Amino acid sequence: MMETAALQRTGLYEAHLALGAKTTPFHGWEMPLYYTSILDEHRSVRSAAGLFDISHMGQVWVSGPGAQEMLDALVVSDITQVAEGRACYTMLVNEQGGILDDIIIYRVAAWDYLVIVNCATRAKDIQWLSAHASAHAAVEDISAGRAIVALQGPKSAPLLEAALELHVNPLGRFAAMPLAGWGDRAWVARTGYTGSDGFECFLPDVFARRVWQRLVEGGREAGLSPAGLGARDTLRLEAGLRLYGTDMDETTTPFEADLGWTVALSKPAFIGKAALVRQKAQGVTRRLVGLLAQGPVPRQGCRLLHEGREVGLVTSGTFSPMLERPIGFGMVEVAASQINTALQVAIRHQLYPATIVKPPFWRHAPAHPAVTSG
Amino acid sequence: MQIPAELRYTKTHEWAKVAPSEVIVGITAHAQEELRDVVYVELPPAGKILKQGEPAAVVESVKAAFDIYAPMSGTVVRANTELSKSPQLVNADCYGAGWFFALTPSQPSEAEALLAADAYTKLITAAAH
Repeated sequence: MMETAALQRTGLYEAHLALGAKTTPFHGWEMPLYYTSILDEHRSVRSAAGLFDISHMGQVWVSGPGAQEMLDALVVSDITQVAEGRACYTMLVNEQGGILDDIIIYRVAAWDYLVIVNCATRAKDIQWLSAHASAHAAVEDISAGRAIVALQGPKSAPLLEAALELHVNPLGRFAAMPLAGWGDRAWVARTGYTGSDGFECFLPDVFARRVWQRLVEGGREAGLSPAGLGARDTLRLEAGLRLYGTDMDETTTPFEADLGWTVALSKPAFIGKAALVRQKAQGVTRRLVGLLAQGPVPRQGCRLLHEGREVGLVTSGTFSPMLERPIGFGMVEVAASQINTALQVAIRHQLYPATIVKPPFWRHAPAHPAVTSG
Repeated sequence: MQIPAELRYTKTHEWAKVAPSEVIVGITAHAQEELRDVVYVELPPAGKILKQGEPAAVVESVKAAFDIYAPMSGTVVRANTELSKSPQLVNADCYGAGWFFALTPSQPSEAEALLAADAYTKLITAAAH
């Protein structure tokens, strides 16, 4: 079709077509929306495993003796606390404290960091990072010809171990290790965007295709399903994870996005610190909240009311397959942002009830039941 | 794809089972296939007066909400309340248990403007190319 002619495709595009993917344009990329059904793929992730191609996200390599110092000056978190083989979810902000992107920084070696940035903000982020490069810190966009394969769900560890022929299960949450034998700068980390246990593999396309194929074939019996961006969105919402560009943007600070836990104001200096110190002292005027709704699905832009008065807007919403009811995020005035506040959502000229809850909306059962014996 | 010969169709993918006293309305197999995961259906109340071609109901998939148009003018006599509890019936059985509402037609001649099964088949086949 004409409108898809200019779209970029990942190295796994042919594999998606072979699996019957329904694709969709997503920020300049032709990506799988679903293979069979968003709800089925969602449930596969929660009960077994789901396999995602997220190669549209940017992979940036920041390296050199000054890499830590450079990154530390650009993000809100204290990067000096991130040990080798560990990862950190954090944010790039501008001088006003507005979020430029939410990113994950993997410290793969003492002087080497792999930074994963959002697809829509990729060019802007790379420009921002490059502008702060120095003789001691090099910034390199290594995305071309590389893939990110995410395997998410409770059965991920054994399935990935079989496909990679490597022991990945010892990895802790937010830990990373090299994928020996899987190409240049190949890494695997226990991270994800679903709220379920899982892994993300960063590796060259040619190796990614092999991992993908092995997982699809080897995981079928265990209930593994390929999963598209549709399920990725319902899963991240259920897990209470924000989507950049939808739930927050350059006009939103980490405190307003209720991500204040990422901000280390104790750091000596970073871009945006002065603005965030000021906001912390004054308090925010609006805050992102979780919404547990009834009736139709609250969609982005729906008005939120409290006792008849408009107090904010829905930023994103969906139908939760695990809760079997609508959920969402809303940006509301701080006075109406307390947990358990009863709000109303305006959908098609009618009002429906929604309660403010603390995300995540869904939480996986603990892997090991608590020992109660005395 | 299933397109029952005894039904009439609209270009907006509703089906109508037309009888002189009552018209039953739903969405076609093609429509439910495109929507995939139906998670919510909003139905018109009994007594509501509908005009041919105007929005009469809403169906929501995980991704978005879509209007369902009245295939003929008339008054709603009943709606399929099962869909409030089990919207997935639209995917499972779109020509049976997944029906939307029934109306008493006020302009029975409007049925002539609806598509027969073969014309509707041509419409969706053409759209696929």
